[in-house]
Amino acid sequence: MLALTDVCAGYGTFQALFGVSLEVRAGESVAVIGPNGAGKTTLLRAISKLINLGAGEVTMQGRSLKHVAPHEVIANGIAQVPENRRLFPRLTVEENLRMGSFLLSARKKHQQQRDHVFDLFPRLKERRAQLAGTLSGGEQQMCAIGRALMSRPKLLLLDEPSAGLAPVIVQSIMQMVKKICAEGTTVLIVEQNIRQVLKVVDRAYLLETGRIKTSGSSAELLASDEIRKAYLGL
Amino acid sequence: MEVFDIFLLEAVLNGILLGGLLALLSLGLNLIFGVIDVVWICYAEMIMIGMYAVYALHVQQHWPLLAAMAAGIAFVALLGALMHQFVIRPVLSAEPINQLLVTGGVLFFLQAAATLAFGIEFKNLGVRLPPVSIGEMSFSLPRIIAFMVAVAGVAVTWLFLTRSYLGTAIRAISQDRAIMPLMGVNPDRIFVVTSALGGALAGLSACLLVLQYDIHPAIGLSFGPITFLICVLGGLGNMLGGLAAAFIFAQFISVGGFIFAIEWGYVIAFVFFIAVMFWRPQGLLGGK
Repeated sequence: MLALTDVCAGYGTFQALFGVSLEVRAGESVAVIGPNGAGKTTLLRAISKLINLGAGEVTMQGRSLKHVAPHEVIANGIAQVPENRRLFPRLTVEENLRMGSFLLSARKKHQQQRDHVFDLFPRLKERRAQLAGTLSGGEQQMCAIGRALMSRPKLLLLDEPSAGLAPVIVQSIMQMVKKICAEGTTVLIVEQNIRQVLKVVDRAYLLETGRIKTSGSSAELLASDEIRKAYLGL
Repeated sequence: MEVFDIFLLEAVLNGILLGGLLALLSLGLNLIFGVIDVVWICYAEMIMIGMYAVYALHVQQHWPLLAAMAAGIAFVALLGALMHQFVIRPVLSAEPINQLLVTGGVLFFLQAAATLAFGIEFKNLGVRLPPVSIGEMSFSLPRIIAFMVAVAGVAVTWLFLTRSYLGTAIRAISQDRAIMPLMGVNPDRIFVVTSALGGALAGLSACLLVLQYDIHPAIGLSFGPITFLICVLGGLGNMLGGLAAAFIFAQFISVGGFIFAIEWGYVIAFVFFIAVMFWRPQGLLGGK
């Protein structure tokens, strides 16, 4: 579904990604794991065209995203839950969801999709009229995921959904991600919380200092000495 | 004593009528600042252009008044969009002082353009509406019309901003511009739409003012500063604050003018403004 080939990207003269190639097949859930500063967020920003590619190519369902404007990426079926959630704090939960279905094709199904999101996250339904800035961290993450789902994406990008959340909340968010994938949405998730994320994804890539170091199924990576020593402290 | 009360009541009611108009005047300026973070110093001059547009179409081209007004609103809305595209966009990331100076330049440009096109003589529509008497109180009909239309204009704008996708995006973009593309929103387009909406509100204000006042190229100076002060009083960019400030300011002008003398009304209102600025520099409802 999504393929990255030799992607290089960065900010000004600072290069963060050095020839990253990876693939996400339809129906899969894939994680990109790695330490702080490895370029994980940059990778998602490059896919969403929030930053320009220095070199390489990103294709979605065989279509190159090279000449697609940032605000047109979502029309190709890619929605992103950005780092730190980035809700609109002075809009209500419901208005945040409305922004998620801004796309003309999504507006027609707004009601239906909103009810679906409320089914997934009943807490959001209770808080629908509340300003997003007043939600707890976990509720904000639910709202951010719900907002991204409003466009009915084929591919959902998640940037550090566990950041700043209590362990028990992280687990429930990860279970949600698993459920969303089981319902047919392909998922690419970027995470530092390697132990938790490897429990729910099919495969993962390890990104270090802007390069893919290794990849494999979740079980393989959990068993590998490299990951166990460096990241799981075992 | 009873006679005194009824005239005080008249002053209060007149203040409310004036407040509605001032609220509409400040709404467009506040909207643009709240969303784009640039103050259009020339906002009142765009209203002046709108007044001339209505005058030109109705008096010179003999269009029916309502058609001339509709065209006037559309014209100023277009002017607002052009203003953003060609004047504001190039300086969006510039220093605030430079943005201010650029819009100040537009102020003089519009004044000069109006002088060239229409001369400096006072023009008017030649529409004279009779005053309305209720008991011993007397009200100007154009003011009543202006109040009702202004309130309707504010209400429609409010509904647009809170109920529609585009309106929600306009409010969202001022909270987090960088992630708007992730929603499928083109920020540039939202800015143009906001500017056009601000222009349309200026055009609507023009239609209401042209019923009450003669037009001349410098007329913007007679209500531009008040418009700006009301926005600052309420908290620049805070639309709710602007509405509240408009009605408070109008009461100071109207009731203050009644108790002392007409001219004193403005003096008292501005003293109040200065006092508030010492007490709450961010405005009545402003944050930070």
